[in-house]
Amino acid sequence: MKKSVRIASLIVSAFMVLTALAGCGKSDGGDSTAIKIGSIGPTTGGNAIYGQAVKNAAEIAVEEINALDSDIKFEFNFQDDESDAEKSVNAYNNLKDWGMQILMGTVTTTPCVAVSTESNADNIFTLTPSASSTDVIGGQPDADGNIAIPRKSNVFQMCFTDPNQGTASADYIKNQNLGTKIAVIYNNGDAYSTGIYQKFDAEAKTLGLDIVSVTTFPSEDTKDFTAQLNAAKNAGADLLFLPIYYTPASLILAQANSMKYEPKIFGVDGMDGILTVDNFDTSLAEGVMLLTPFSADAEDEKTQAFVTKYKEKYGDTPNQFAADAYDCIYALYEACKAKGITSDMSAEDICTALTEQFTDPSFVFNGLTGTDITWKDTGEVSKEPKGMVIKNGVYVGM
Amino acid sequence: MTLISNLINGISLGSVYAIIALGYTMVYGIAKMLNFAHGDVIMVGAYISYLSTTALNVPPLLSVLIAMVVCTVLGVVIEGLAYRPLRKASSLAVLITAIGVSYFLQNAALLIWGSAPKSFSSIVPFDSISLFGGDLIITSEAIVTVITCIVIMILLNLFTKKGKMGKAMRAVSEDKDAAQLMGINTNFTISMTFAIGSALAAVAGVLLCSAYPTLTPTTGSMPGIKAFTAAVFGGIGSIPGAMLGGILLGVIEIFATSYISSQLSDAILFAILIIVLLVKPTGLLGKAVKEKV
Repeated sequence: MKKSVRIASLIVSAFMVLTALAGCGKSDGGDSTAIKIGSIGPTTGGNAIYGQAVKNAAEIAVEEINALDSDIKFEFNFQDDESDAEKSVNAYNNLKDWGMQILMGTVTTTPCVAVSTESNADNIFTLTPSASSTDVIGGQPDADGNIAIPRKSNVFQMCFTDPNQGTASADYIKNQNLGTKIAVIYNNGDAYSTGIYQKFDAEAKTLGLDIVSVTTFPSEDTKDFTAQLNAAKNAGADLLFLPIYYTPASLILAQANSMKYEPKIFGVDGMDGILTVDNFDTSLAEGVMLLTPFSADAEDEKTQAFVTKYKEKYGDTPNQFAADAYDCIYALYEACKAKGITSDMSAEDICTALTEQFTDPSFVFNGLTGTDITWKDTGEVSKEPKGMVIKNGVYVGM
Repeated sequence: MTLISNLINGISLGSVYAIIALGYTMVYGIAKMLNFAHGDVIMVGAYISYLSTTALNVPPLLSVLIAMVVCTVLGVVIEGLAYRPLRKASSLAVLITAIGVSYFLQNAALLIWGSAPKSFSSIVPFDSISLFGGDLIITSEAIVTVITCIVIMILLNLFTKKGKMGKAMRAVSEDKDAAQLMGINTNFTISMTFAIGSALAAVAGVLLCSAYPTLTPTTGSMPGIKAFTAAVFGGIGSIPGAMLGGILLGVIEIFATSYISSQLSDAILFAILIIVLLVKPTGLLGKAVKEKV
């Protein structure tokens, strides 16, 4: 018995020595002139469309930047997490072994809450393209004014926060006088959807908007929305607010249509992508309104160049996740240039410098998802959401 | 009017569950195994129908036939490769293998067709029916699903009660070894069961996606689990039981969402299942089988 314990402990300690040595070997190698940017997101599984978009767009941005005549060069490493928090933390540890100096990620919210806590402890600068919950950045008081998660000072967002979208949507509906009786259907199994709904509800109450029906569904896999739509119809709602992703939204549109219920539909950035669903009958989405920072149909030169390049390379129209990721890499590039960051600096030093740069009010970034983008000390981005409406199968500004 | 409208929606959702549950219950009744990959065969069936209508421009009804043929072959191949070698193994090993096959099918679909959702065009050619000046709307998919479900149930019942093959199936279900001694080819009989179950899965897939038109590699998993619940609810192994369980499940789900709480609908659904199983452990129409020692 004793002998076997001794042998086991020998094996374990030998293994530990080996891994320690392996770690040493790794940190010496690699391209010494490029700054290592790690990124994590789902490229397989149910949310693969988001991770794939981020990966593709970031690769385009890195390629463009490396072709520039500049001292700043990037090396990009993307890891799959299947939108699972545990796998995401494992991917994060892999990237740390690789020698990651900056983290651009993670793509989806729940994994990002876990990973940003790790990166905060390790002092690795983190800029997420699309994880929109306030739990990602921390430091936000809840309804009772308590701060459950302290501010993670190294974490910043490129996308709007969920509350931000809820408030903006209610303001927009009020200002444009879009509806008098409002029904909401949201996914109560999802932090993103619930977060937007709560702020929408609070703002609607202050503005005096009349919410006549609120119903929920438990998961992205939900197929039947007839009960929810019936409730909205019976309450006489003329505007349906859908703070949800486009997969359930497309089902809601189809079922409302077969029930011959035709309210105005108002969505948030999760609705973006509905027109790219294969074989989707775009006439169902006619007149759908949404707030989104990016539209692939925008006429400006920057957007058109990006969309053309993306289509050529990946045969697909980029969505707002792609645009946010592209902006992330360029924002990092500009911040690195401003602070004179070099690849031989430690991740901690880079983090201190970049945090200083992002919280500096004079740091203004112009990208695909907005102009005059700035960041607050809280980690939230400040940019204007654009109201879009779908007409003849394309987005048109409202 | 709301009540009737909810009832119709419930029956429509329930008959989709019922068709899927028929596949579960048949395979369980005859091969005595839970084929957890059934939900994923549904997904494959829907993809085949989707691809044959969009890429090959096949008329919708023919696409259903193609999907049935492909799924039948798939079902027989799965049975032959994954389950037949385990015929003498413990039921736990077969169960784990079935879960493995389910994951394999989902990930293969992800690899072949990608994760982006596809929008399925309904195969039902006529429009929804509007009654009482638009107060009550019955969708065309609901009508077709309910009728198909009843027809399939009657045919399956006749098949297992009357035909020679059906008799063989019942014999295998009662005692596999004795059936073999009587000269019944049990392997062939079980293969046939899988063939029929998988053809039904293809029909279920097309109807599911006609009523709820998004198609992703995980489309079949949640309805598959609910349908399995329906099969247990109605008494697994019983064909009318699967039908009854499916429809009750659909109606309870819609009623719980509309009248109690949309947040608690699944909790209520499964709470009812637990109560039914406590009172009647074999399910609503299941027969209690005495174990001979």
